[in-house]
Amino acid sequence: MPHNKTQDTLVGLFVAAGIASLFFLALQVSNLSSFTKGNTYEVVARFSNSGGLKAKAAVSAAGVKIGSVKSITFDPKTFESIVKMDIDAQYNTLPDDVTASVYTAGLLGEQYVSLDGGGSDDYLKNGSKIEITNSSLILEKAIGQFLFKSAEENKGSGDKKNNPKK
Amino acid sequence: MEFFRYLGANTRESFTKLGRGSYFLIGMLAGISSVLVRPHLILKQMHSVGVLSFLIIFISGLFVGMVLGLQGFYILSRFGAEETLGVMVAASLVRELGPVVSALLFAGRAGSALTAEIGLMKATEQLSGMEMMAIDPIKRIISPRFLAGFLSMPLLAALFSAVGIMGGQIVGCGLLGVDDGAYWSQMNAAIDFQKDIINGVIKSLVFGFITTWIALFEGYDAVPTAEGVSRATTRTVVNSAFSILGLDFILTALMFGDN
Repeated sequence: MPHNKTQDTLVGLFVAAGIASLFFLALQVSNLSSFTKGNTYEVVARFSNSGGLKAKAAVSAAGVKIGSVKSITFDPKTFESIVKMDIDAQYNTLPDDVTASVYTAGLLGEQYVSLDGGGSDDYLKNGSKIEITNSSLILEKAIGQFLFKSAEENKGSGDKKNNPKK
Repeated sequence: MEFFRYLGANTRESFTKLGRGSYFLIGMLAGISSVLVRPHLILKQMHSVGVLSFLIIFISGLFVGMVLGLQGFYILSRFGAEETLGVMVAASLVRELGPVVSALLFAGRAGSALTAEIGLMKATEQLSGMEMMAIDPIKRIISPRFLAGFLSMPLLAALFSAVGIMGGQIVGCGLLGVDDGAYWSQMNAAIDFQKDIINGVIKSLVFGFITTWIALFEGYDAVPTAEGVSRATTRTVVNSAFSILGLDFILTALMFGDN
């Protein structure tokens, strides 16, 4: 069978296109490129409620992703959730009195940890603990509190209306 | 009574066929080592199996992605979540549609051609001729085609997914006004390399294996007449489609069932 050079070229192009699209899927579509596990250090925060936060969720400061959540465990003694985070080693000058809060990206988006504020001269190190935390906003709780509050206000104003009659 | 006799004969025949198919598979896999010495055989088959399927995969992928973009936008905009269009398009393509639809197209485009080719070789006694010349047709004809199909399938599926995601982007961002940055960044955050992409590749490898095996075996096992070859070609497409969809359910349950 004669060896056909064009055929070889076509097969080569085909394989190259296939491998290129695999690379495209790996780098452009998936989260492989967004956070390479290079040098990181671990910090711990305790939340009274970490809501829908999941492992691998983003840890961001001022909107920039600086790390990811490593694990979330429950402490049955204090009824708190212990969130361990890996922070990129290049951000090693975060003050140790930052506030960690669980926020939601958009109304229906993923939950993430945001680190804000802080002015201490000491920096977060491997194994440090973030003392000040804000729990995630639980929608049902917030709505429940709002309803309870407005019911209370209505009741109060209702009493006032009723009182003059008596 | 006639019915039961028919049922028994058919059942027995299908088990016999499964046995023959397994023998065939073992011979085919054993022949791979001797094919690796002659890579130009694989190259030639990759041309007819892979390169010639390129266009149908490319165009189908583009249109499937565009339809996903349209339909996804329609549904997601009811919840005000148009920004997650990229996630929807990419997840459905990478996890399901990419491997499954490209395998179905592959069975129709390449599998049927393989069956017809080998069936006709058998009908015109080319395979027996080879045996007379002391050339093992399994090693010379079957194994290179198997390797070519097995290797082409994941490439075609990846191509399908990649083109589909671009198609979804063209429709979603170009026509319907979804933000381009949100399309890619939400996708980036939601699609996991290990869980989604690698599992999709594993799926397409399994489908490539099963489809090529069925196509080659049906051709090799065909009744060597014009009618026999035509029936074998039909069986290839039908059986491949069944196995692809059935296996897809099992693989999906194994890969994504735990959450």
